[in-house]
Amino acid sequence: MPLTFSTQDLTVGYNKRILIQNINIQLEPGTILTLIGPNGAGKSTVLKTITRQLQALSGTVFIGNLSSAIFSNREFARKASVLLTEHVDPERMTCEEVVAMGRYPYTNMFGTLSDHDKEVIRESLELVHASVLSDRDFSTLSDGQRQRIMLARAICQEPEILILDEPTAYLDIRFKIETLEILQKMSREKGIIVIMSLHEIDLAMKVSDKLLCLDGEKVISYGSPEDIFSNHVIEDLYQFENGTYNNLFGSVEMPKITGEPLVFVIAGNGCGTPIFRALQRKGIPFAAGILFENDVDCQTAVSLSSHVVINKAFETISEDKIRAAEQYIRNCKYVLDSGTVIGPLNEANIELISFAQENGLPVFKRVEELSL
Amino acid sequence: MTEKQQHVKLSDTKRARFPLVMLSLVLLLLLGLVINANTGSVSIPASRVFQMISDWIRYGIMNLFGSGKYADKMAEIINKDTESQILFRIRLPRVLLASLLGGALSVSGYLLQVFFRNPIAGPFVLGISSGAKMIVGLAIIFLMPLTGNFSSGFLMCASFFGSLLITLLVLLFSQKVQNMSMLLVIGIMVGYICSAVTDFCITFANEHDVVNLTNWSMGSFSGANWDQVKTALLICVPGTIIAFFLSKPIEAYLLSEAYAASMGVPVKSFRVILLLVSSLLSACVTAIAGPVSFVGIAVPHITRVLLRSSKPRYIIPCVFLCGAVFCVFCDLIARTVFSPVELKIGTVTSVFGAPVVIYLMIKRRSERRV
Repeated sequence: MPLTFSTQDLTVGYNKRILIQNINIQLEPGTILTLIGPNGAGKSTVLKTITRQLQALSGTVFIGNLSSAIFSNREFARKASVLLTEHVDPERMTCEEVVAMGRYPYTNMFGTLSDHDKEVIRESLELVHASVLSDRDFSTLSDGQRQRIMLARAICQEPEILILDEPTAYLDIRFKIETLEILQKMSREKGIIVIMSLHEIDLAMKVSDKLLCLDGEKVISYGSPEDIFSNHVIEDLYQFENGTYNNLFGSVEMPKITGEPLVFVIAGNGCGTPIFRALQRKGIPFAAGILFENDVDCQTAVSLSSHVVINKAFETISEDKIRAAEQYIRNCKYVLDSGTVIGPLNEANIELISFAQENGLPVFKRVEELSL
Repeated sequence: MTEKQQHVKLSDTKRARFPLVMLSLVLLLLLGLVINANTGSVSIPASRVFQMISDWIRYGIMNLFGSGKYADKMAEIINKDTESQILFRIRLPRVLLASLLGGALSVSGYLLQVFFRNPIAGPFVLGISSGAKMIVGLAIIFLMPLTGNFSSGFLMCASFFGSLLITLLVLLFSQKVQNMSMLLVIGIMVGYICSAVTDFCITFANEHDVVNLTNWSMGSFSGANWDQVKTALLICVPGTIIAFFLSKPIEAYLLSEAYAASMGVPVKSFRVILLLVSSLLSACVTAIAGPVSFVGIAVPHITRVLLRSSKPRYIIPCVFLCGAVFCVFCDLIARTVFSPVELKIGTVTSVFGAPVVIYLMIKRRSERRV
């Protein structure tokens, strides 16, 4: 039967030195909780305390309605299994043997595997799409494959709670998604509670039901991704300069180049974004416009420039916005036409091109054409 | 379906290796026992060896059920002629002792390798044997004149204490260095320090005690007697059985300490038991035969290669047998090649064991680089 998980005034730390106090979380079966925060925020410390590797300085961890401290080693191992960041290198062990280690808390004193055990091992390997690896020597695998086998091992332990320390480390982007998909499936179908730490904020926002944000001293925030999103917690948590982090997409841009804009980019419809990034790479400050506030280009433009002319969404471009854009163009040396689609609402952008030409400014289509 | 069948087949071939290797080792050991029993300054034909031993065993069993009626018969077989006396009083205890101690030393080495998660850990290279020798030396020189007795139990205790002491010392250092070669260097240095202390004491000890010590520390199976065989049997066999019962946590521990803990292994007590058993086994060997080098590293490695697996429940019995075979043949070489001069057993085991260590280190190095 699926169990709940909760902590009550949990305080964690090393050698009696308090790191994070008063962690109170409450998870229903089938929930995914992700711990996020900068390096050294105490994510691993919290996870280690939950898995009983470290002793809680005070407070209690509950599995179901029982304190986790009262379980014997074997009982606890049947409730919770782990995926750690440490590199394991067992000699001459096949992947199947490594996965089979997950049956440890269920087998007799010689570790004899029953038919049921073998079935669980096979299923676990299948679940992580690694059945073909079962007879391979573990030490011959790539980091990504190893991580998947270790995940299968954790699953094979048939836990109620799966605790993973950076499960996506070492993985390429496809395996990252695949791993998180497996975790989602486990939580949805088996009601397993997943508690993990992630460095990828964007993925954390997408996969988690609950987020616990830590900064090395305290719990900054605990709640659903929606709460975290609307309160702009991430920017504070990682101390992003304004604009670097995009709250909506969870993506980041390189810091904007400051200074008087040299180039005016006529953008829109996503055509401007590659140009903004190219200019940032070359270290050229730019202005951009005229963008509707709901345009994707608008999101990246404000991240990469402080000089963006923004018009209200779904409205024709107003006269004062055109004046503002013309003002920028006058002070710039070049105009870049990103080749955005022009429709009835943004015809003003065509006028801007002619305005630039009248004022003797060269109008280019590509960043390479600029001679700076 | 085909994939599943293939899968079953592969694991089956792997499992089939174990009985095969065990059988070959048993046969080799028997061969070693026979060759050892019949070779020497007086050569006894193999058929006579068989006949005498089987007679003796037959009467032994009958004696067991016949409440001592056949004890005379047994004594008669032993005392019949020179050949029988050589066989029962000299060669048989010696070869049995060599096999028991060889097995114990190998298991001890294997456990240390598990403990330090390092394939070149072993009681000799980590200085544990030298430590045992040092404490035994100190005991012989300083305590024996006081107590006046020189029993094997006393030696065993001193040796066990020495082994444990140095193991703990090396353990302390090993927490500072993660590197496998550094651990080895530290072990060798500790070994040298212990030898230096031993030599220092010898220099200033009185002659009578030195004789005792030198005899003991020659590191040899010569002069083996049935009492020693009994002692070895009482310690090595239970020690190895305990190690065998630890197979399951050992396998988990091979993955990593933290993973082992997460699977329910009581890591702290497991580590203590592992060290105690390993120290006890190597102490037993050191107390009886003196420091014997490299068996503890070479044999577990050879076994892993033979079995192509690292499953402890297969490895441990194989390591014991393989160690027995290794030492029986090394002892044969030690006493026959330059006969009538006998080599120290350590000389022979080094010749065969040290290259294995060199090979392991080179292999490790090249793997690191990749």
